[in-house]
This record gives sequence, structure tokens and C-alpha cells, in this order.
Amino acid sequence: MEHHQERSDHRSQDLPQVLVIKPPPVLTLFEDKFISSKFQLLKAWESTLPLDQFLTNYAGSVRAVLCSGASPITADIIRLLPSLQLVITASAGVNHIDLTECRRLGIAVTNAAGVFSDDGADAAVGLLIDVLRKVSAADRYVRNGLWPAKGDYALGSKLGGKRVGVVGLGGFGSAVAKRLEAFGCTVLYNSRTQKPSVPYPFYSTVLELAADSDSLIICCGLTAETRHMINREVLLVLGKQGVIVNIARGAIINEKEMVECLVRGEIGGAGLDVFENEPNVPEELFGLDNVVLSPHRVVFTPESFVAASELVVGNLEAFFSNKPLLSPVIYE
Amino acid sequence: MNNTCVLVTCPMFTYLEQELETRFNLIKLWDHSSSKAEFFNNYSSSIKAVVGNTKVGADAKLIDSLPNLEIVASYSVGLDKIDLDKCKQRGIKVTNTPDVLTDDVADLAIGLALAVLRKVCVCDQFVRSGNWISGDFGLATKFSGKSVGIVGLGRIGSAIAKRAEAFQCPISYHSRSKKPNTNYKYYSNIVDLAANCEILVVACALTEETHHIVNRKVIDALGPKGFLINIARGAHVDEPELVSALLEGRLGGAGLDVFENEPEPPEQLFALDNVVLVPHVGSDTGETSKAMADLVISNLEAHFKGKPLLTPVI
Repeated sequence: MEHHQERSDHRSQDLPQVLVIKPPPVLTLFEDKFISSKFQLLKAWESTLPLDQFLTNYAGSVRAVLCSGASPITADIIRLLPSLQLVITASAGVNHIDLTECRRLGIAVTNAAGVFSDDGADAAVGLLIDVLRKVSAADRYVRNGLWPAKGDYALGSKLGGKRVGVVGLGGFGSAVAKRLEAFGCTVLYNSRTQKPSVPYPFYSTVLELAADSDSLIICCGLTAETRHMINREVLLVLGKQGVIVNIARGAIINEKEMVECLVRGEIGGAGLDVFENEPNVPEELFGLDNVVLSPHRVVFTPESFVAASELVVGNLEAFFSNKPLLSPVIYE
Repeated sequence: MNNTCVLVTCPMFTYLEQELETRFNLIKLWDHSSSKAEFFNNYSSSIKAVVGNTKVGADAKLIDSLPNLEIVASYSVGLDKIDLDKCKQRGIKVTNTPDVLTDDVADLAIGLALAVLRKVCVCDQFVRSGNWISGDFGLATKFSGKSVGIVGLGRIGSAIAKRAEAFQCPISYHSRSKKPNTNYKYYSNIVDLAANCEILVVACALTEETHHIVNRKVIDALGPKGFLINIARGAHVDEPELVSALLEGRLGGAGLDVFENEPEPPEQLFALDNVVLVPHVGSDTGETSKAMADLVISNLEAHFKGKPLLTPVI
């Protein structure tokens, strides 16, 4: 039986540490949710030391790290954490984690899939409707006093009856599909493998999906296979009336080629929450009325963030209690 | 039929005017605005049909000046700009364009709700102005699961409900009478509806009874965390009360397609981040505009050929 030392102001020193290199947005906004009796945070960003020195000095016995897109877990970082057993991300995406290295070393990974699906899907549908019906552009038109000056605004395009190709039918994609059905859209999809119990027609390549769709909604993860998967060829086949919505990762689309297509009118419009080099957005897009831009916010609601923080803390507490993880990433 | 005179009240849709011109002797009311008296002397007794819309319909004055008017075919589903009593008295037929625009209007209602709650337009402006480089945007309000209260559960109201259900929004409604075939919760009093929902959507017809149906009491009941979406008619809402509620933070936000005095919405709203304002575009897609125009034409053709009207109102 473990001998418990008398609790005093040294209590916090008994708690295992969770390394945080840079705080994920959910930690910045809801820090009080991360106070736990099972762990304490080791805040690397508060130190003036260079990161590798900080890790060498202080993170030798750290078993868990909470990361985010701004603080990727690379093989180099892993090498500096000899006791690492768990990588937790507060995001659904795991493209900023070297999964191969984690798998090789038997390091578990958990993400926040599931808690963001509703908000992500809501934003995707909101962006699609905005582009097709020109909501943001029409709002600008009104606020600039153009309605009395110039009369009726330009016609938009009907959502109902559109064929919408969902790329990636995981949590986000399924939630998007379910919503689009209620608007009378025909949902088609592409993903790595066909899903047997799904009523939507499957297309084995994104190119074939684009050829048969009026709009594409990108909902898949960023991997070596999906990087720049949406390129000029796919966009041209989507066509002059085609609309693309991306709520996944900027690098899934060849951004340079997409911008060219938009500027030249080779596709109809785009709703974009993510970009290849955030927070930098190609300036050519700023002058286009058929583009709606969002600063990587599709899951930024209090409900999502509270749920994400609870999931992160739940995973950490399970880990430190030797209980099964709540949302482990299963390696394929 | 080519000699039949049809009056169109204001510019609506080029395709509609072109199609009318190939079939009828089309007279454009706005071509004669400087010489109204002369116009009525020359044409008034030959005009047999009026095509109006939500801006300029067929009021008592116009109807009285057209002694041989047989039919008013509205390029809209709303009838508030047509003097229906006068038409009934005179035996003038009236048609509108229901169903073909239901989807678009319902889509816009949801689109406006998403835009307001999720701050889509504000985020877009944030990025375009280069502000993302220097800082982060905050949180928005979740849409899925929010309770939606619909005023008027007709074609459009039902279509809005069906869409909101896909976002797991609990649906409640207020209308003149309870609808028999629905599971949605009914409130016989609109203030109770507003008190019990987070997003109030106006989707009913404009009549004397529904004028200013969204008044101060309703707005107060909706409250600082509530949102108003109006895709019906500006006159459904007491606009000065709405404006002061928004300016004072007594209402959470609003998505508005219609205003009491179009095309001039209240300028005090232009600086607010929690409103989305669009210029009466509920049915303004290429697809639906054409479908509405085709329906107007079909109704007129049917009338002048002595066949049953497709979408008669009276």
C-alpha cells in the first residue's frame, strides 16, 4: 500500500505532470476546466528557455503531453520525452502528431473527435448556404447603402436539388450529410473505404465525385494521401458553377491552384475555414464576392469547447488512474 | 392573345418580362410614370391583366382605374400588396406563386440563423480586413440543438421546421389554430412561444391581425440570448422596437431579409455585429425566379384560354 505523505503546500508536487508546449485555444479560454486532482500542467510556453532545453531540464519524467496544431508532436519532440506514454490533442485532427513514431514507441494518442461534429457540420452548411445565396456579400451590399442606390441584388443559386459531394464520411461528414438531406440535396461521398450501411452513392476517387457533384464539402483528415488531393484537375471538373467548402485542413486543397481557379471564374465559389498557411490568407480572395472566409473557427462555440475540455480531462484522468482511454485514436 | 394588354407594375425579372412580351401586349407601368394621366386615358380600358409583386401590387386605386381588369397574377406568394376584397367585389381572379419558392425561403431562414449565431459574416469581414494576422476571433453561439419557434406553420414554416430538425432543434410554433398532423409544440400565444424558444422565425402571411405581431412584449420575451429571424414581411415586426432592443442588448441578435421601409433598412443596425441584413432575397435564385415567372405565365395563359388556373387565390 502506498504511503501518502502529509498534504501541505507541496501537494501539487505529488501530482503527475502533463506537458503543454503551447496552450490550445480550449485551454486558453477555459483554463479552469483543466484543474484536476489527478494531474497538473507543466506550461513550457511560460519559460524563457528554448524548448529543447526546457524539455531536457524539466520533462524527463513527463508521461503525457497535451498538444495542438500550434505545437506539433514531431519525432524530435518525442525523442526529448523519454517517459512519454500518451499524446492528447484537443482537436479532431491528428495531422500535427507523428503517428508513425507514436505507434513505433507504443505511445497512445487521443483526440477530440465526436464533440465537434455538430458545430463543424453547422458551419459547413452555413458556409455553403452563404456562398450559394450570397448572404455575406448581400449583407455588405446593404450595409454599404447600395440597396436604395443600385436596386435589387444579384440572384443566387438554389441549394435544394444540388448534388453535394462529401469528401470523408467520418463524424463531420456524416453530420454534414444528414443536414443536407433536409434541404433536399442529393448526397454523394468519397472516403478511403466504402461504408456499407450508408445510403449515399460512393465514389472511389475525388475526381469522379467532383465530376458528378455541384458542390464539394471537405471533411476528411489531412494525411500524406490527402495532401493537395483537391487540385486544379478536380476543381475544373467541379466546374464553373461548382462550390467548394473546406472545414478540414487547408493543405488538402492545392491553395495556389484553387485561388487561380476562383480568380479566373473556373469554379463558382468557395467557403473556406482553413488555409495552408494560417493566419495568412491569399489576398486575391479578399476582393471576391463569391468567397466566404472564416478564421479556423468552425468549432469555436462554448458548447464544443466545454465538451472538448471535458474529454481531454477525462482522458487524462483515465490515463493517470490506469483506466481505459475515452477517445483513443485507433491506428490503421 | 398577342393583343391582350397586360400591365406589369415594376421591373421584376427580365426573363418574366421577355416571356410576357412574346405572348401579350406588355405595358410597363414605369415607362409612363411621367405622364400618368395620359397613360390611363390611353390604356386603362384595354388592360385585362396585372402582374404585380411585393413592391408594387394591385391596390384599390389601381384596380379602380382598370375597368376591364380580369386577373391579377402576382409574382410572389405574399398577397399583402393586393386588395383582395376589391378583387372579390369585382370578380377579378388572383393568382400567386406558392410552393415553387418554399425551399429557397426556408433555406435562407436557416442560412440567416447560422450566419447570425455562428457570426459567418463577421468572421468573413475579420479575415478580409487582415485582422486575423494580428489576433484571434472569439467564440460564436452553437446553432444545433437550439429551440426554434416558428410563427406561422404554413408551407414555408413547415419547410423551416423540417430543416431545423436535422440540426436537432426542438420545434414549437404559433399560428391562428393548432395544426392537426404535427408533433411540434403549439403555443396559442406568441409571447409564450417567444419565451420558450431561443430562435424565433417569422414565417406567416401579412394580414391586419399579424401586423406588428412581433412587438416589444415578444422581443422582451425572446430576450438577450434570443434571436429573431424574419423572412416574411417587414411589417410583421415593430421595427423601432426591434432596433432599440438590438442597440440596447435586450435581444441577442437578428437575421433580417425584410424591413418596414424597403429598400431602406434602419441604418442604426449597420454597425452591429449581431445582425445580418439581406435585401429581400428570399426567393432570389435563378432557378426559383424562373419557376415563379413560368407559373405567372401559365396562370395568365390558362385564364385567357378559359382553362383552370394553376394557383388561384380567389
